Amino acid sequence: MTFRLIDSFIKIYTLKAKTLFDKVWDAHVVEHVQGGPNIVYIDKHLIHEVTSPQAFSGLEGRGLKVLRPERTLATPDHNIPTVNQHLPIADEQSRTQVETLTANCEKNSIELYGLNHPNNGIVHVVGPELGHTQPGMTLVCGDSHTSTHGAFGAVAFGIGTSEVEMVLATQCIMQSKPKKMRITVDGELPKGVSAKDLTLYVIAQLGTGGATGYFVEYAGSAVRSLSMEGRMTVCNMSIEMGARGGMIAPDETTFEYVKGRKFAPQGEQWEQQLATWKSLKTDDGAEFDKEYTFKATDIAPMITYGTNPGMCMSISSGIPAEADISSSELPSFQKSLDYMGFEAGEPILGKKVDYVFVGSCTNGRIEDLRTFASMVKGHKKADSITAWIVPGSKQVEKQALEEGLVAVLEAAGFKMRQPGCSACLAMNDDKVPAGKYSVSTSNRNFEGRQGPGSRTLLASPLTAAAAAITGVISDPREFL
Amino acid sequence: MPVDKFTLLESSCVPLPNENVDTDQIIPARFLKATSREGFGENLFRDWRFSPSGEPVKDFVLNQAQYSGQVLLAGKNFGSGSSREHAAWAIADYGFKVVVSSFFADIFRNNALNNGVLPITVTPEFLEKLFLAVAKNNEQKVVVDLEKQELRFNDESCDFEINPYKKDCLLNGFDDIDYLLAKKENIQAFEDKD
Repeated sequence: MTFRLIDSFIKIYTLKAKTLFDKVWDAHVVEHVQGGPNIVYIDKHLIHEVTSPQAFSGLEGRGLKVLRPERTLATPDHNIPTVNQHLPIADEQSRTQVETLTANCEKNSIELYGLNHPNNGIVHVVGPELGHTQPGMTLVCGDSHTSTHGAFGAVAFGIGTSEVEMVLATQCIMQSKPKKMRITVDGELPKGVSAKDLTLYVIAQLGTGGATGYFVEYAGSAVRSLSMEGRMTVCNMSIEMGARGGMIAPDETTFEYVKGRKFAPQGEQWEQQLATWKSLKTDDGAEFDKEYTFKATDIAPMITYGTNPGMCMSISSGIPAEADISSSELPSFQKSLDYMGFEAGEPILGKKVDYVFVGSCTNGRIEDLRTFASMVKGHKKADSITAWIVPGSKQVEKQALEEGLVAVLEAAGFKMRQPGCSACLAMNDDKVPAGKYSVSTSNRNFEGRQGPGSRTLLASPLTAAAAAITGVISDPREFL
Repeated sequence: MPVDKFTLLESSCVPLPNENVDTDQIIPARFLKATSREGFGENLFRDWRFSPSGEPVKDFVLNQAQYSGQVLLAGKNFGSGSSREHAAWAIADYGFKVVVSSFFADIFRNNALNNGVLPITVTPEFLEKLFLAVAKNNEQKVVVDLEKQELRFNDESCDFEINPYKKDCLLNGFDDIDYLLAKKENIQAFEDKD
């Protein structure tokens, strides 16, 4: 009898216990469609020049206006040059795309941080640094790395252009509720191991489709001890294992970061919001559909060797041997290595590098530039290396100058470019030539991602710095 | 975008067994500069289909005359990576109505459905059988029966899942925006509540 009673108590308790994701998602469900998805209300909609023009023309075709322009924010980033931004964009198509964004924003009274605006930058860098991104929000953007904003305890995910049109027209999206996954990383990250290594390690464990269908919550002491920049790096890469998004419960680190930012709540409103935000955590006993636990001490500096982010290893180990790969995956594995010009089983340390790219929504924040600068300080860029150091935003650019980072970089032979997505996806002229090797702090190493035929190795800013100094793939721990 | 109604489809298949085909392969970023939805089919699988100088790559399946049809057979984890809907537009513009795989990336699946392209998830075993059948006979036809949620070829068949709402949208050729616009008052009420 007593046991049964306890059992039913536990059941009731578990039923009521909610995950962080449940709390935010459920609070935004306008309606559940019979046999279908939820209608989910969107608090903040970020747009950029590449995935929005067709949405605006669709809207016009239907004779509709943007429903809530005040909840929409625009910045061109994907397709802009990272030099001479004061000049008209030379590429005609790129210029048209940026001008189309400007015209659409004017027509619909949407706030725009255009090229040369002091707030311009990569959409996922700009949102957080200005305080637009806040805990408990729903936030979408026509870009898969929207998951970045989950670092604040927001439900944030990437959408397609039809969905951009949907949100512009109705401030809502039709979306099935994803399953829930928790990834716990406990312990202290070893020296020279950063948030980027943590996320690459997790992706290597789960594989490139390992979290498809799930929304991930990151937890554990190693995640808690990360700065907001580090947390953004981790949430940013969630999509690289297929997750719909990733999030981290807001805490003092989060509140401290958001407080005082331009668009953050102020005064009494701040106090009210803070009380709500503090309740945004997974209840004890809440259930996840899947859980993984990792030890921070197992993580080393990571680097990719193949053509998806799951093909990743610790920098001091060799590329897997064919015997370590399952027979069904062997053709893809071999195709990847052929593309990269690598052999199964060989070490990666000491391989020649041609390009180093520091930037993107993954590692283009001030902390990343500080880290890179701290390692190259007192060294010289290797002559054989072409380095592109691209700040994530105008604000990051300004801060890097004010903090003296630009001076450190220049003394070491590096030059900082102007903000944008740049060589992360190589839509502009920042393209790595065919066959060349690039150590990149960005998020994708797909075939041709940094330019047709380019070969990308994803790594942390520290590992990028070590490669930039030596001209070969090097273990950053040797420089600490 | 309002889409064509999807009914019964019978077609031969184009086999692309590669796993983890990401959206950068489906349509590379440098072709995302357009401001309209049209014409992306030309650059579908661009860097696998054409050499850097623009010559067709002979052994790529889209350049092999013996394979044609409105059904793309794809390896596991199709459409991973970027959220670019241009990937779905390129597939639709090229003339595919259906993509069959054992596993799809989430955003691609949504994008495909929003453009009248039906992503069908089948078991890995069924997919393998279908690849084998097409390898044996390049004119092998499949029947896609959305009403019954069934994919058939020869005497094999496999059920597939699709949520009833999306199925209804495809069968009738209407889209989410039509649906949401009809819910305007509920959305307003939700906003007022806060």
